[in-house]
Amino acid sequence: MHKHRISIWFFIGLLLTVYGVLIFGAGIYELSHPQEHPVQMAQYHAGIWWGVLLFVMGLFYTIKFRPKKEP
Amino acid sequence: MNTLLLAAATPASSTLVHLSPVDMAVIAIYFMMVLGIGWYLKRFAKTGEGFFMAGREMTAWIAGLSFLAANLGSLELMGWAAATYQYGILATHWYWIGAIPAMLFLGLVMMPFYYICKTHSVPGYLHLRYNNATRVLSGVTFAFMTVLTSGINMYAMALVMKVVLGWDINFSIWVSSITVAIYVVLGGLLSAIFNEVLQFMLIWLGALLIPILGLIQAGGWSGMVAKIHENFPAQDYTHLWSGLGHFNTNPMGINWVGIVVGLGLVISPGYWMTNFLVVQRVLTAKDLRSAQAAPIIGAGFKMMIPIIVILPGLLGLALLHPHLLPEQVALKTGGNSYNEVLPLLMGRYLGPGLLGLGITALVAGFMSGMAGNVSAFATVWTYDIYRPLIRKQASDDHYVKVGRWWTFLGVLISIGTAYLVMQFNSIMDYVQALFSWFVAPMLGTVLLGMFWKRTTGPGGFWGLLLGTLTSIGLWAWVKVVPSALAIVAMSPDAKPLAQDMFQALWSFVVTVIVTVLVSLATKPKPESELVGLVRGCTEIPVEHGLPWHKKPLFWGTVVFIVFIILNLIFW
Repeated sequence: MHKHRISIWFFIGLLLTVYGVLIFGAGIYELSHPQEHPVQMAQYHAGIWWGVLLFVMGLFYTIKFRPKKEP
Repeated sequence: MNTLLLAAATPASSTLVHLSPVDMAVIAIYFMMVLGIGWYLKRFAKTGEGFFMAGREMTAWIAGLSFLAANLGSLELMGWAAATYQYGILATHWYWIGAIPAMLFLGLVMMPFYYICKTHSVPGYLHLRYNNATRVLSGVTFAFMTVLTSGINMYAMALVMKVVLGWDINFSIWVSSITVAIYVVLGGLLSAIFNEVLQFMLIWLGALLIPILGLIQAGGWSGMVAKIHENFPAQDYTHLWSGLGHFNTNPMGINWVGIVVGLGLVISPGYWMTNFLVVQRVLTAKDLRSAQAAPIIGAGFKMMIPIIVILPGLLGLALLHPHLLPEQVALKTGGNSYNEVLPLLMGRYLGPGLLGLGITALVAGFMSGMAGNVSAFATVWTYDIYRPLIRKQASDDHYVKVGRWWTFLGVLISIGTAYLVMQFNSIMDYVQALFSWFVAPMLGTVLLGMFWKRTTGPGGFWGLLLGTLTSIGLWAWVKVVPSALAIVAMSPDAKPLAQDMFQALWSFVVTVIVTVLVSLATKPKPESELVGLVRGCTEIPVEHGLPWHKKPLFWGTVVFIVFIILNLIFW
C-alpha cells in the first residue's frame, strides 16, 4: 500500500476552483449581456456570488490538501 | 419514489430546461474528474483489502460522507422533492425518524461487533455468527437485489434526463454506467468512496441555491407556509406529527404507528444497520473510533438533507402555478406532474453555469448510488458466493481479478435490467418491492445474532427464510387482493405507503419468532466461538484518556438532541 495518497479534498478543491471560475465568468457575462428571458430572482446575480463561493472554497481545499513532497 | 418518476417518463414534446455551453462544460468536467480519480487510484487497489475494503484506512469523515452518499441513489433529490409536493413535510420522516436513530444505534452499539470481527461484508458476519447457509441466503438475495435495483435506477435516471434535457435514453444509460464501471473497476471501493465524497459535495453545492432563492422569493419560512395554506386550504402539508393521529387526517394515509414502528423501528434499522451497501463504507474506517464516528457524522448530515430535498417540494407547493398534478392526470391534460417539481425550480432559478451544476448534482446522485451498488455487489459476490461455493482456495490476486470482472459484469447486468424494464414496465413494481422483502427479515436475523448468544445457526437460517417468505407473501396477497391492505395495515383507511411499513413489521415479527423458537430447539454454539461477534461474549476496546469532545457517544448525543428538537419544532 502506498503511504502517500493525494487527499480526496484536493480533487474536490480543484473541481470547485474550476467550477467557480466558470460560473463566476458566466455570471459576469450575464450581467453585461442580460438574457432575453432571465430566470426568476436574476436581480440577485446568484451566478456571481455562488461562483465566488465555489472558487474560494475550492482554492482553500486545493492549497490545504495539496500533495506534499515525501520527506 | 422511482415508480412515480418512471411513470412520468413519457415522450416529452419539449424539455423542461435548456443547457448553455457553459452548463455542458460543467457536466463534461465532472465526468473527466471522476474518471481521472479512478485512474489515479488504480495503484492503490491491487490487494483484496485494497480493492474490496479500500485498505481499511478511511478517516471518520470520508467513511461517514461516503456512507451517506451511497444511499443518495439516482433519484433521491427528484423523488423526494416530488413526494414532498404530494405529501407535504411528512416526507421528512424518511430523513429523520426513518434514519437518525438507526444510524446512531449502528455507530454506538453495533459497529464494534461488525468492526472487531473484521468481516468483509454483512453476509460475512452472518457466516461467522450463524453458518454458511445463512450467509449464502443473505448473499444471494443481496446480490440479486443490488444489481436489479441498480438497473431500475439507471433506467429511471435515463428517462428523467430525457424528460428534463431531451437526452437520448441509450446515451444516458451507457455513458453514465460505463463511467461508473471504469472508475470502480480501476480503483475498487476506494475509488467509489472518493467519488462518493466528491459527489456528495456537488449534490449540496448544486442543489442548495434552489431553497435559498426560493425562500427569498417566498418571503422566508413563514411566507412559504402562508402561501401553501392559501394554495391548499383543505390539506395540512406543513406539520410533521400533528396529522398522524389517524390514517385519514394526513395526505399520506398513514398513522403514527406505521411511521414510528414500521419506518422508525423496522425499515430504517433494517436499511441502515444491515444493508451492506451502506455498512461497507463504515467497515473501511481506519480504527474502531472512526468506524463508530462515521455513522454519527452521516446522521448529522442526513438531518440536513431535507434542506435540499424537502424544502424544494414545499416551495413548489407555495410558488408554482398552475399547480402540479398527479402523474396520470398530467399525462391526460398535458400539465406538469409532481415529479417535475425539482427540474421546474431549477429552470426557474438557475442561470447559465448554475444549471449545469444542478444537473451535475442529479447525475452525481445517480453515479454515487450506482457505484455503491456495484462495489457492494462485487464484494458480496466474490467473498460470499464465489469463494464459499465455487472456489474456496485461491490467491488474493485471483479474488481481486474476480472482483474486477464482477464489478464490470454487475454493471452489464444492471444495464440489461434497465433494457428489460424498458420493454416490460411492470417488472419495475416487482424489483422495487425487493428492498421491502429482504430488509426487515435481515434486521431480525442480525439483531438476534448480535445481542442474544442463545441464537443458533439453524435458528438464524429459518428465521431469515420464513421472514422473507412472509414479506413476499404479504406483498403478493395485496397485489392479488388489494382489499387485503386493510388487514395487513389494520385499517380500512390505509393507503399503499402504509403497506410497506406494516409488511416490514410483520415479516420482522415472524423472523424473530421463528429464530427464537428454532434456536431454543437446537444446540447453541459454545461461547468461545462467539467472541468478537456477540454482546456479552466480547470485550469492547475502550480508549482511555480520550477527551470528551472526541468521544462518539458525545456527538451521538448531540445529534440525537438536535433530532428531537427538530421534530418538536416542526411537530
